Amino acid sequence: MKFLKFLLVGVFFGIVLVKSEAVSWYRIFEMFKFQSFHMYGIIGSAVLLGIISVYTIKKLRLKSIEGKEIYLPPKDKSVTRYLLGGSIFGLGWALAGACPGPMYILVGTGVLSMLIVIAGAVLGTFLYGVFRHKLPH
Amino acid sequence: MEYILNPWPWYVSGLLIATVLLLLLYFGKTFGMSSNLRTFCSIGGAGKYADFFKFDWRSQKWNLTVVLGAVIGGFIAVQFLSNGAPIELNPKTVEDLQNLGFQNAGESILPPEIYSWENVLTLKGMLILLIGGLLVGFGTRYAGGCTSGHAITGLSNLQLPSLIAVVGFFIGGLVMTHFILPLIF
Repeated sequence: MKFLKFLLVGVFFGIVLVKSEAVSWYRIFEMFKFQSFHMYGIIGSAVLLGIISVYTIKKLRLKSIEGKEIYLPPKDKSVTRYLLGGSIFGLGWALAGACPGPMYILVGTGVLSMLIVIAGAVLGTFLYGVFRHKLPH
Repeated sequence: MEYILNPWPWYVSGLLIATVLLLLLYFGKTFGMSSNLRTFCSIGGAGKYADFFKFDWRSQKWNLTVVLGAVIGGFIAVQFLSNGAPIELNPKTVEDLQNLGFQNAGESILPPEIYSWENVLTLKGMLILLIGGLLVGFGTRYAGGCTSGHAITGLSNLQLPSLIAVVGFFIGGLVMTHFILPLIF
């Protein structure tokens, strides 16, 4: 039962991303061509609502279901890793048209060749873990 | 019913994605899908090769459950909540894609030119998917997050690192779309 709520959040997330067309390779291509507001609207409105909500949560010190104060862990301060890592991610995002959420959702829509992208992503993560100490962060 | 079966407008989608972020915060977790890739490595025994994978992956079971749910959600959305309406892309996008050799853009979720088995089972087609995945997996861990962790969660928390990462996402995406895709296709 503990996991049912996470399963339902996942189902909800999957449905929303398909119905919003954010899982579509074409929409990602269109976004990077600056030819439609659609993707910017989705991300922009989600972030705007996110900013207001997170601000409110912190201001009112709201608690989670576990009774602890809701807390968002900060990210390490750096420029190199975010800019380099982000650019590498962006290259793959625009090529495969799928980021780490949609990958799974698209398997559910019946695109089994997406499993190859997932395999590549697991391999990429593995390579990062192995060569992490040699990379500038 | 018509409203559900048709594609959802951006503002409905944005609102609902923010809801996912908030639900996970309420459940005491943070929204970040790419962490699961690291978990898969750990489950597969990658801890033998790098300390980065030595952690108790069982603490991530909740996130793997979200992944399972996402697969089910994708299935439900196409089987029961869609009417097969084509994606209303900008006609200019359709034309640009046609010039690259992509026919009928928007008729399906993904281009058969990349994802149909006919194309996947060629050396070029296989490499496109593998390298695409590889770049996503490597880049997201290097950057410490993906679209959900940085663009949605990080920006909602006004974190500068996430803004830098999102700038990176765009540098890579623009280079791929404007310079590399035309060389591949």
